[in-house]
Amino acid sequence: MKMHRRNSSLVPPRAALLAALLLALPLAAATQRVLASSSAPSMDMSSMPAMEHGSTAGMTMTASASSVAKPATNAPARKAQKRPVTAPQTSAFLAMDGITPPPKGQGDMTGMGAMPAMTMGPMQGGSPPPGARSPDYSDGVGYGSMQGMDMADNAPLGMVLIDQLEAFHGRDANGQTWEAEGWYGNDTNKLWLRTEGERSRGKLDDGDLEAFWNHAVAAYWGTQLGVRQDLGEGPKRTWAAFGVQGLAPYWFALEATGYIGANGRTAARLRADYELLFTQRLILQPEAEVNLYGKDDPLRRLGSGVSDVQFGLRLRYEFHRQFAPYIGVNWVRRLGTTAAYARQDHQPVLDRQIVAGVRFWF
Amino acid sequence: MKSYPPPLTDLSRRRFVQGIAIGGAVTGLGLLRPANAWALTSPGQPTVLSGTDFALDIAETPVNYTGATRLATTVNGSIPGPILRWKEGTTVTLRVTNHLRAPTSIHWHGILLPFQMDGVPGISFPGIAPGETFTYHFPVRQSGTYWYHSHSGFQEQTGLYGPLVIEPAGPERNPSRHDYVVMLNDWSDASPEHIFATLKRQSDYYNFAQPTVSDFFRDVREQGLRQALAERKMWNQMRMNPGDLSDVSGYTYTYLMNGAAPAGNWTALFKPGEKVRLRFINGSSMTIFDVRIPGLKMTVVSADGQDVEPVSVDEFRISVAETYDVIVEPREDRAFTIFAQSIDRSGYARGTLAPRLGMEAPVPAMDPRMPVSMVDMMGAMAQGSSGHGSMQGMQDMPGNRGSMATPAAPVVRHARTEYHNPGVDMHVDMPRTNLDDPGTGLRDNGRRVLTYADLHTIGGSIDPREPGREIELHLTGNMQRYMWSFDGVKFSDAKPIHFRAGERLRLVLVNDTMMNHPIHLHGMWSELENPGGGFQVRKHTVNVQPAQRVAYGVTADALGRWAYHCHMLYHMDAGMFREVVVS
Repeated sequence: MKMHRRNSSLVPPRAALLAALLLALPLAAATQRVLASSSAPSMDMSSMPAMEHGSTAGMTMTASASSVAKPATNAPARKAQKRPVTAPQTSAFLAMDGITPPPKGQGDMTGMGAMPAMTMGPMQGGSPPPGARSPDYSDGVGYGSMQGMDMADNAPLGMVLIDQLEAFHGRDANGQTWEAEGWYGNDTNKLWLRTEGERSRGKLDDGDLEAFWNHAVAAYWGTQLGVRQDLGEGPKRTWAAFGVQGLAPYWFALEATGYIGANGRTAARLRADYELLFTQRLILQPEAEVNLYGKDDPLRRLGSGVSDVQFGLRLRYEFHRQFAPYIGVNWVRRLGTTAAYARQDHQPVLDRQIVAGVRFWF
Repeated sequence: MKSYPPPLTDLSRRRFVQGIAIGGAVTGLGLLRPANAWALTSPGQPTVLSGTDFALDIAETPVNYTGATRLATTVNGSIPGPILRWKEGTTVTLRVTNHLRAPTSIHWHGILLPFQMDGVPGISFPGIAPGETFTYHFPVRQSGTYWYHSHSGFQEQTGLYGPLVIEPAGPERNPSRHDYVVMLNDWSDASPEHIFATLKRQSDYYNFAQPTVSDFFRDVREQGLRQALAERKMWNQMRMNPGDLSDVSGYTYTYLMNGAAPAGNWTALFKPGEKVRLRFINGSSMTIFDVRIPGLKMTVVSADGQDVEPVSVDEFRISVAETYDVIVEPREDRAFTIFAQSIDRSGYARGTLAPRLGMEAPVPAMDPRMPVSMVDMMGAMAQGSSGHGSMQGMQDMPGNRGSMATPAAPVVRHARTEYHNPGVDMHVDMPRTNLDDPGTGLRDNGRRVLTYADLHTIGGSIDPREPGREIELHLTGNMQRYMWSFDGVKFSDAKPIHFRAGERLRLVLVNDTMMNHPIHLHGMWSELENPGGGFQVRKHTVNVQPAQRVAYGVTADALGRWAYHCHMLYHMDAGMFREVVVS
C-alpha cells in the first residue's frame, strides 16, 4: 500500500481515483486473494524466503482500495483509533530505517501491478510459505460425545453505529443529514446495512439504503455484496452493489462500492475516513466521499462522471466511547453535468456547510 | 523508548478504581470464622476449609465494590471462594452444588487428576446442571499453591474462583511463621458478556492510552521529527497500537487483592524478623500484574505450585492463572505495601503487610506505561545490538534483511491456515527465544525483576526422556476483529490434538501476536525448556510473550480428554482453545 501514496495528501488526485475505481469495479469477485495479500504492509525485513509473494493482483487491488476514500468505520467495530498522528507520507519514511521504498510505480497503476513481489514481509498477509505445516494434529481422533460444551466462539453479535446524525447550515439551505450502519453476524459473515441521506425543508432530498452480505476475506478487509435502494426525490432506483470495505495501512478506513442498475446504469462510491486523536476523547475525523455515475440521470439531477465530492472535518468529544457530540465543516462540490443541473436548479455548485451532530453506537 | 503518562483520573474515577473500603460480599464476607484455620491471623482473611470432605455451594451473591451492587457468582458466598487446604497423599471429596439458574463447573487448576474430575463442561463432564450436586473425588498427588475456578461461560469473571493450598506429605521445604494467600482478581460491574461483545465491536474500547497528536509533538521535540515518524511508521502501517497492553483495563475493572478493592486494604500481620510466606495467585480473567513490596526483597520459592531454587527479586510479573510463592522477612516494625499494578498501568490491587492492624504504608505511584516495543512485535528480528530492541536497533541492522538471527535460531513453521485468513493479523518469522526478558514495562526499570530464566524447578524434570516428536502451534489473532485462535483456527473449526499415551513430546508455541498469552494445559505438566533445549521449570501455565517462541516437554501420562487454551478469558472464548486427547 505504501506505494500509491507518493505524497502526503490525504486524498489522491482525481485521476488516481478514477483509475482505482475502474480497477475496483470489475474486481469485486476476485478480491479475496488480492485483499489477503494487500493487507500486508510490506515490511521487508523478512529474511524469509517465503515472503516474496506479493502477488501483482494483490497490489493492484490494494491500490485501488486504498487510494480511494471513504468508509466509515471499518467494521463499525473500528477499533481503530489508535492512530497515528502521522499519516501517509510513506515514501519518506520508508526510506528510513531500512524499509525499502517501493520502486517507482509513481502513481501509475500499471507500474504498480508489475511491482516486484513487494517484498511482502511476511508480518502481515502473504501466502503460506512452501513447507507450511498442517494445523491438524488429530491423528484422526475426533471429538467425544460429551455434552455441555459451552464455548461459543461463533456466536453472532450485532452493532449499530450512527456515525453522523447532524444538522447542517449551508449557503442556501439548512437541513439534516445522517450516515449510519449496522451489522449482525459472526466473525466471518455478517448482514451489513448502511444508509445515508439528507433532508431539508422537511422533505427527503436524497438518500439511500444498502444491505450487504459482508464477508471477511483478509485481516482488515471484507467484501460486500448486496443491493442499494435510492431514496428521496426522483425515481427510486435500485442497484446491485458490490465492493470492499476495510482498514488500510495508516488507519484509513475505506469503502469502495460499485453499483449496477437497470438500463445499463452504473455508479460508484468511494469513501475514506481517518481519526486523529488530540486526546483520548477529543477526536478529529476527516472524511471524504466521491460519487460517480456511468450515465446522465436528469431525473435525479445526476450527470455522468464524478458527480460530487465531499470533504468533511468533524471534531467530536467522546463523553463516553459510545456517545460523542461533534461540530464540523463539510464541503460539497458538484462537478460536470451534475454541476450544470445544480446551476439550472439554482442550487450551489460548491456548498460549504457548518455541521453539528452526534455520533453514537450500541 | 517513550512512556505514556498514566491516564488522568477524575474523582469519580478515582473512587471507582480504588473501590470502596467495605467491598466484598454484602452478606458478610470474611465474617465466618472457620474452626481450624492455618495462619488465620487477621480479619478479612478468606475463609479456610481443610480436610478431605468439602461441600461447596455455588450461588449468586450481591457484592458492592464500586458503590453499585451487583450479583456475583460465588462459592460459599464469598469472593474469592474459601481457601481449600488439602494434604498430599489424601483423597479428597468435593460435593459441589449448583444454586444458579445456569450450568456451572469447577476446574482444579494445575491439579493432576482423572480427566472426569477436571471440571470442563463438554470435555471432562457435562457440567453441573442447576439444582444438581456433582461429587469430585480424587487422590491428591502433589503439593503447593494452586487455585480453582469455573470453566462455564464467563463465571470466572463474575467471582467463581478460589485458592487451593496443598500441604506436602513430607516436611515443608521452606517453612515460615506466617502463611498467607494473596489472590489477585479483576472485578467489573459490567457483565462479562457485555465486555466480550464490546471488544468485538470496538477492540480498543477499554484502551485510554492511545497515541495522540500531543504525544507525537512531544516526541518530535524530544527526538526530532525523523525519529518520531520512524517510530510510528511500522505501527501505523500495520494498523497496530503500541499502547495495546491489555484488552480490558481499569476503565471497567476494579482490581482485587483477596477480594478487597485497594481502598479495602487487605492486611496480613507479621512480627518483625519472622518469615512470611505469601502465596500469590493471579485469578484474573484478563489482567497481568506486576507485583512488588517496596522495602522488601521477595524470595521466590515456588512457581505454579512447584518448588524452585530460591531466587531473590524486587518484583515479578504474574500472568493470568500463574502462582508464585514468595518468602519475605520484614525486620522493621512498620507497614509495607503489597503493590500489584496491572500491566497497562490502568490500576492496581493493593494490600498491606503490617505488624498491627490498621497500619498503612505509602502506596507507590504506578510506573509509567511503556509501549510495546519492536521486540514484542518482531521478535529476534528486532533484537539488535541495542538489547531490548528499538527502532534504532533496527536501523543499525546491516542491510536489514536476515542475517541477524540469534545463533541457532529455530526454524519457525507457520501453519497454512495462518494465511489468507481474516483471523490472523500478523506473523512472526524470527521469534525471540530468550527467557530472560521480564517483558514490556519491566525492562531496565532499576529493579531486580524475575524472569522465567530465574526459575529452576528443584529436582529437575519428571521425565528425562528426549521428546519423541514436536507439535508446533502458533498463537494467532486479529486485534481489530478481536479474533483469537491457534494456527488461525478457532476451536469451533479445529480438530482435537492427539497425544499418544505415554509418549514424551515437545510442544512448541510461537506467539504471532503482540499480546501475552498464558497457555494452560490441563491434566499434565508443561516442562519449559531453556533456549538451549535443557530443562528450565515445571509449570501448569506458560506465559508466551509477544513475538516469543517457547518449547516445553509434556509427558502424556494422563489418559482422557483435556482442555488446552489461553487463560485470557476472552481470548479463550473467542476460540483460542483446543481439546487434547491422550489415548
